[in-house]
Amino acid sequence: MTSHAEWIAIDPERAADSLQEAVEKVNSAEGEVTLDFSAVRRIDAPAARAVEQLAVAESRPVKLVLHAVNGDIYKVLKLLQLTARFTFGS
Amino acid sequence: MTENSASLSDDRIRYLEELVRQGQIAAAVFTQFSQRDVDRIVKAMVLAGLDQAQYLARLAIEETGIGVLEDKALKNMVATEFVYNYVRDKPSVGVIHEFPERGIVEVAEPIGLIFSLLPITNPTATVLFKCIMAIKTRNAVIFGPHPKAWHACQEAIRIMYETAVKHGAPEAVFACLESPTIPDNNYLMRHKEVKLIDATGGPGAVKAAYSSGKPALGVGPGNTPVYLEKTAHLDMAVVDIITSKTFDNGTICASEQTVVIDDEIYDLALRKFAELGAHICSAKETEMLSRAVIDPDTGFLRPMAIGQKATDIARACGLRVKPDTKLLVAPIQGVGREHPLSVEKLCPVLAVYRAKSVDEALRVCVDVNHAGGLGHTAVVFSRQDEIIRRFSEAINAGRIIANSPGSIGALGGVYNDMVPTFSFGCGTGGGNSTMDNVNLYHYLNIKRVARRTPAHMWFRIPNQIYFNFNAVENLRDFPSRSTLIVTNPLLEQMGHVDKVRQSIPPEVRVRVLAIPDAEPEAQVVMLGVEALGLHDADQIVALGGGSVIDAAKIMKLKFLSPEADLDELAAPFLDIRKRAVKFPAPERQVRLIAISTTSGTGSEVTPFAVLLDKQRGRKVTLADYSLSPDVAIVDPQFVMSMPRNLTADTGIDCLTHALEAGVSIHASAYTDSNAMQAIRLAFQYLPIAYENPHDEEARSMMHNAACIAALAFSNASVGVNHALAHAFGARFHVGHGRANALMLPHVVAYNAAVPTKFMPSPNQRGYSAHKKYALMADLLGLSGATTWEKVQSLVTAIEQLLDRLEIPRSIREMGISQEEFERAMPDLAKVAFDDPSWRSNPRMPLVSELVELFWAAWRGRGPATRAEGTEQAAKECVRI
Repeated sequence: MTSHAEWIAIDPERAADSLQEAVEKVNSAEGEVTLDFSAVRRIDAPAARAVEQLAVAESRPVKLVLHAVNGDIYKVLKLLQLTARFTFGS
Repeated sequence: MTENSASLSDDRIRYLEELVRQGQIAAAVFTQFSQRDVDRIVKAMVLAGLDQAQYLARLAIEETGIGVLEDKALKNMVATEFVYNYVRDKPSVGVIHEFPERGIVEVAEPIGLIFSLLPITNPTATVLFKCIMAIKTRNAVIFGPHPKAWHACQEAIRIMYETAVKHGAPEAVFACLESPTIPDNNYLMRHKEVKLIDATGGPGAVKAAYSSGKPALGVGPGNTPVYLEKTAHLDMAVVDIITSKTFDNGTICASEQTVVIDDEIYDLALRKFAELGAHICSAKETEMLSRAVIDPDTGFLRPMAIGQKATDIARACGLRVKPDTKLLVAPIQGVGREHPLSVEKLCPVLAVYRAKSVDEALRVCVDVNHAGGLGHTAVVFSRQDEIIRRFSEAINAGRIIANSPGSIGALGGVYNDMVPTFSFGCGTGGGNSTMDNVNLYHYLNIKRVARRTPAHMWFRIPNQIYFNFNAVENLRDFPSRSTLIVTNPLLEQMGHVDKVRQSIPPEVRVRVLAIPDAEPEAQVVMLGVEALGLHDADQIVALGGGSVIDAAKIMKLKFLSPEADLDELAAPFLDIRKRAVKFPAPERQVRLIAISTTSGTGSEVTPFAVLLDKQRGRKVTLADYSLSPDVAIVDPQFVMSMPRNLTADTGIDCLTHALEAGVSIHASAYTDSNAMQAIRLAFQYLPIAYENPHDEEARSMMHNAACIAALAFSNASVGVNHALAHAFGARFHVGHGRANALMLPHVVAYNAAVPTKFMPSPNQRGYSAHKKYALMADLLGLSGATTWEKVQSLVTAIEQLLDRLEIPRSIREMGISQEEFERAMPDLAKVAFDDPSWRSNPRMPLVSELVELFWAAWRGRGPATRAEGTEQAAKECVRI
């Protein structure tokens, strides 16, 4: 189990898989985990569902930071009522 | 468990919730798609739909037993090809329309998740149409098919969905309810994540959709009346009606139901129907048909008859018809429950009615329209535009199809340029939110970006202005047969009228009308109108102060437009270009030349005129550029003998015009140049003209200043100073110029402070009154390092000017007691607030502020409005 800050870059070519892997890491993490969206232009439905999975684990002792989320993706998360579960970094 | 889910099992609710969540995710993800993305997917779907048109038609026929295979295939093609032809080049993502001339940009916003009901009559075509609309607009859809058309719908949805996803659409963008039930529909219609209901179905489904509290698109029932008028192209009309009414066995709700035929062509029309394969029913057959296809309890068509062949229906009724019969035509004698076949019949059964006149035909068509078809569709065949117009005004229908088939015409894109659709909005008559052919724009929220668009400005002044000594001699350049000089007796006595006469060419017939030197009343105006008529005048020379010139303006108006209602023309307005009342534009012209004999009102160039309504004890102010004199003569020889107090009061009126125009919300560079020059001239020459009335240069410059200030306020208007002065002057019988003077320093300080309420002013960029005052101070060479100091210097300079002109500096000094003023205050405040003058003031006055300004004027010199806690705020404001 890690307790330090972790930085996970989301692969734009396989965002859903990348996020799914992040879900697993987050499940075993403490402290702060940052998911770096800087290379991601858009997310598809599986990726959106993966973010939803990250969001539902409210009781985890981990702070989730979504880094460099663009306006389009932020709107998707907003429409799905997921933004309140994350901290957004630029 | 909520009321919404009462009759659903937990498993079913979980199933429905999962459908909604998947659709919600699809809709959210879809918002990221570009126009190119959706257009690529739409094209692929259209091609897939065209490819499967016949297959889907067969499925629909096999499952529902309704309609005609060939027609259903054709409908599937219309739903793809024709709809695509309409949507292919239409932007539906991002900016969809731009109106640069209006500064408006329309931006598309998807709706999200739509719940869409599908009908039994047009199941697959409706699916194809709705899927294309949804993808084009980036929405996700859960479909609720009619249970008796579920398989056909589900297959059409599958084909559309697989094609869409293959070409990049989000997963779960379409879903089809399995084993749909009414409780399922109700649950989804009320689900908070379902953003729109698109209810193409029967009245029950539409009512449920509208009752859900959700935004909904619904279609209404039809009952299409047709007027076959005697001038119609009969061969064309009969073929069109048969084509339409037999199309898919009459299942399109826009198809013809009752044809009202003019008596003159009735028999011929029926013969032609018969020749082309229709069976014309006898009275007995009509009764048999009615009994068989119309349910006597409900008054509606029995479901077993929907979309069936004419021969099958005939057989079921016990009618003997030829085997190739396409249509059963049943003559009826009226509309209503006692005439069962006058209702909607979604089958090849057509009612006909013989009308003895156009009026009777229209009455019967209206009856049919109101017998269950409000807002839907109507058809008229006529070669007379007037008949089509009368029909369209009488009938309440979203689609009024002229000289073409009702059903195929209403679908759009084949016989006309209407928008192709498979969903007919029926307006409020049909209980719908739209009367349109439902199309992609109904699947979008359209956002409007409205850019700031400064109103068009203007600078309108008389054609010609002549000034300096002896400018009156220019009168000889104006040709005239007959001229009326309007003046007052005093000016006649002073010999001014003679000077004017001498400048008019001798061949011109000249008459003089001397009117009282007071604000004109209607009877005075009518005297002038009479004189103009009597002397057949083509020119008016108004010689006098504001009252005489105003009278002449109204005389001209009433002479050229006797029907002009002065009360109506005086109606209040906010924007002269948008006013409710327009001034008349007479065809003939009479030239108005204004020669001012005072240096203040500037009436010789303004578009204003004041009329006294003595009976009602009020003044009527007219304002319109058509009132502006055609020619102004600013000749100082006519003001050399003005008394000193009149010089002071009119001079301050001029200064007030310039100061108020300078800070008006309608001020522009054009009006500023005039306002600033008038301020400079007034400060420089008014004291000289007052102290040395024979100083020709001072008199000339002040005369010019008054005219120049009027050029400014004719276009920029005045402000709160005038509103206060009008109210105070009328109540205490104080002259206009003097009333202005009493308010002036306080109003300048008031306008320079931070407004409690800003005035909406699209032409101004930020609040600038204080800066404009500072600019005026600079122009006058006044001291001050900061804007605020300059404003203070301007106020001081005004106070000093008033002192020099020996104008009382407070209302108190004029003998009006505090008690008397207090008693008058409610009325003063009300009248001032009702005065239109302040509507161009830079700050919007609160009534309490008007009261404060009145009291400041009563107290007179001293702190005025800079006190009362606004001074510090004003300093802060002007230091910005």
